[in-house]
Amino acid sequence: MIRGLALLLVFQSLGEVIVKLSRSVVPGPVVGMVLLFIFLVLRKQTPESLGKAADGLLAHLAIFYIPAAVGVMLYARELAEQGLAWVLAIVLSTVGAMIVPALLLKRWLGDRPDDGGGGEPVDGSTAGQAEIADKRADKLVAQPAPKPAEDAS
Amino acid sequence: MKPGVGLPNLVEIWVYLSATPLFGLTLTLVAYVAADALYQRFDKHPFVNPVLISVSAIVAVLAFSGVPYRQYFEGAQFVHFLLGTATVALAVPLARLWSELRERALPLLLAVLLGGTASVILAVGTARLLGASDVFVASLVAKSVTAPIAVGIAEQVGGSPTLAAVFTLMTGIVGALVATPLLNALGLKDWSARGFAVGVAAHGMGTARAFSVHPRAGAYASLAMGLHGILGALLLPFAGKLIL
Repeated sequence: MIRGLALLLVFQSLGEVIVKLSRSVVPGPVVGMVLLFIFLVLRKQTPESLGKAADGLLAHLAIFYIPAAVGVMLYARELAEQGLAWVLAIVLSTVGAMIVPALLLKRWLGDRPDDGGGGEPVDGSTAGQAEIADKRADKLVAQPAPKPAEDAS
Repeated sequence: MKPGVGLPNLVEIWVYLSATPLFGLTLTLVAYVAADALYQRFDKHPFVNPVLISVSAIVAVLAFSGVPYRQYFEGAQFVHFLLGTATVALAVPLARLWSELRERALPLLLAVLLGGTASVILAVGTARLLGASDVFVASLVAKSVTAPIAVGIAEQVGGSPTLAAVFTLMTGIVGALVATPLLNALGLKDWSARGFAVGVAAHGMGTARAFSVHPRAGAYASLAMGLHGILGALLLPFAGKLIL
């Protein structure tokens, strides 16, 4: 876990160094993510400690957005004055940006409701987690429970 | 200690504590733990969004106690810093999916490009129609791109970095709220496509929501967020100059 965290910080630092040297607008952590991704694909397997550290951080990804989001309070007045314009702009564009890829992928890849359910586990360490999430997630989907692909076609 | 002070002075303790990093850090973690407990309790209902609840609670506490944002951030910055580390960690679920991502590269890339285009056109068009100021419109261009990149793009097209950060975060919250009902209405069942669509529209906060619903959805959402971030950083500064 600590070893994995150390590896993440090393790649984050590498990303920062590259961004500083190239004066790019892409943030350091995004470059670090790309570097780590290439490293893992070339290595063909994820070290266990790294998997644990990453899963731990990503399970609570939402908390890391809170400090920046609280900054909203600094702009309360300006935001209130033009409220209708930006709220509608954000709602419409976010819905539109979700509908477009959703429909495109549905058409192109075909909708396979069994996805991730009965299929091969992505990784030993996440398989159990996936099953639990599947059970919970069923409640969130309006459609009936996933069926095997043979029946669906 | 001064002579004559018997009981600890609560006001003094508060003044001391609220000025240390401990205050912002504790407030952030406690607010999140409470909001997340509520989220789990409501079976991860999208409207019980943990970020929205924690942020509202923290803003209320700061407004009530008169602690300025800068002082809060002294402590909260430790959590904020880990956002970068968590971003790097997104490579791990992506690497686990590498073999299947390779086969789907073309449709996924096209989905990001078209989804990103829809986001820019709808955001800029709506804001213009409703008479938003130029700075507001320019700050909306990159709203569906992950926050740190969106800030850089906004600066390049004449927007305000701080407004861009606010709009990006609002987008994330809206995306996390509408994702489940919207994708159900579209009849999309495939977890990978669902996650990807959320990641295109609502970057990190959408990805956080996707991870909490299904690990595959989360992995595809982080892929969409990463691709949108990289393509956005490359294309949006030029697109922004064309349409603004």
